[in-house]
Amino acid sequence: MTLRQAQDTAADSIVVDGVTKNFTLRYHRSIKDITVAKMKGRAVSNTFKALDDVTFTIKQGESVGLMGLNGSGKSTLLKLISGVMRPDHGVVKTRGQIAGLIATGAGFHPQLSGRENIFLNAAIYGLSAEETAEIYDDVVKFAELGDHLNSPVGNYSSGQYSRLGFSVAVHIDSDIFLADEVLAVGDKPFKKKCMEKMEEIRDSGRTVVYVSHAAGSVKRMCDRVICLESGRLVFDGDVDEGIEFLHYGEDDGKGSAAQKRLDAADSALGAEV
Amino acid sequence: MATGVDERPVRIVDAPLAPPAENLGLLSVFKRRYLLKLLVQREISGRYSNSILGVFWSYINPLTQFCVYWLFMGKIMGMSDAKGMENYPIHLFAGLVIVHFFTETFGAGTRSLMGNKGLLKKMAMPKEMFPVASMLVSLYHLVPATIILLVVCLFSGWTPSWETVPAFLLALGIVMALGTALALVFSLANVFFRDFGSAVNILTNYIRFGVPMMYPFTLIEGALGDKSWIYLLNPIADAVLLFQQAFWVGATPDPEVSAATLPDDLWLWGLGALGVSLALLVIAQLIFSKHENKIPERLT
Repeated sequence: MTLRQAQDTAADSIVVDGVTKNFTLRYHRSIKDITVAKMKGRAVSNTFKALDDVTFTIKQGESVGLMGLNGSGKSTLLKLISGVMRPDHGVVKTRGQIAGLIATGAGFHPQLSGRENIFLNAAIYGLSAEETAEIYDDVVKFAELGDHLNSPVGNYSSGQYSRLGFSVAVHIDSDIFLADEVLAVGDKPFKKKCMEKMEEIRDSGRTVVYVSHAAGSVKRMCDRVICLESGRLVFDGDVDEGIEFLHYGEDDGKGSAAQKRLDAADSALGAEV
Repeated sequence: MATGVDERPVRIVDAPLAPPAENLGLLSVFKRRYLLKLLVQREISGRYSNSILGVFWSYINPLTQFCVYWLFMGKIMGMSDAKGMENYPIHLFAGLVIVHFFTETFGAGTRSLMGNKGLLKKMAMPKEMFPVASMLVSLYHLVPATIILLVVCLFSGWTPSWETVPAFLLALGIVMALGTALALVFSLANVFFRDFGSAVNILTNYIRFGVPMMYPFTLIEGALGDKSWIYLLNPIADAVLLFQQAFWVGATPDPEVSAATLPDDLWLWGLGALGVSLALLVIAQLIFSKHENKIPERLT
């Protein structure tokens, strides 16, 4: 291995190699249901491939947009990268601390207060009590939850819930930041703040994987796009080409009409910033 | 438009490329004691949340059992006058304390993964944390119960012996290891089939009758004769006998006579039970590790 190659592999941040993840769909669970299904000759269960032989490598410092239709496997892929799930086949490897949001919300405990959840969440990321105390004020300030911080998060609105989750995640000193539809909930001023914070994270040389349906925000955030379709990797490359690939600009030809449609799509998805 | 990746500084990450959230099972749980502490605190406050009596349920349950067994088994069925049975209430209570520790660990541990699905579906962490936290919460509830037991013992003229503390600790060790082992396996099974949660309730009912707490061990010896070793194969029965050794024996008018009613090589049985429980814990960990990657997708 030459020095150059060694440097290159040292810079790998996320390696996904031949990853397949199957989910079992169960039609029937009880003995009665299974017996009835067997007698009528119906399938008792079937599996589907949420991810099918996906391979790619992300270098440290890259900002990658992960795109695709609902159910194409984006969140499953993020769960595998974050370590919540493990692949059935293939290998996922990551370098350094991972933080981020999966499927719009953080893992909170509904009975605990916002304050307690900050400490619990930070502890799951591996922070000690002292380290959490250091970032605590910033987290609280960013989330702008005021007095709600002392009430159980089960009572929070979905916007408040994701604010707190996002706030904890961005204040962890992570090497890899995962953002899954973070802008789907939250009001306009907060979205702007989130976007700015994520750009700050990106510009500090940390790896960002950003899931969004909003082409405009992907253009702004990312320098590479990966598209999934029914669990398969169908595009990996330039941002503009990737968005084009997904036909977000379909029927409009080129130029301002396509741009208008992009903006319209973004505002419909609530991601304009 | 995003700035190109070449124009930005790249953070040098001094860490190996490794599978995310690598899990060493119970070893990881031990390494991340601070997280475990937070989860235990959460469970202590959360186990009886939204209930008026709160943590007192942890005492009401064994207390009502005590009253029922004392009245029916002791007074009506005449157990308290049985041969070799002095100071029946302490015999009963000592057994209940350790049995309740086991059943609470078993029950709450079995429900622990389902009860924390909000966290498990979103965050990567050693999933063994939750059954272990359940065991530690039950251990925490054991403290006041043991203090009550000690006070009652002292009032009935209890004289501790050198065997008290080791017997107490050995019994705790057996139940902690066995309880955690069962909590691991059953919490996993409960994610796949909720039937296991219901099955645990039935099992715990049998446990209360399978240990010498509401009847003396001499009753078993009388019924099984030289086959009473079969009864001692149950680690919980050994733990209860060790508790009788620790508390009840010293609280009877003639400890030597009472100690003679317990099995001859109780210490050997106790150490054997601890060994078996630890072996089961290792097996439980292996089963858990094999199937835990399917947990997040089954938590619906």
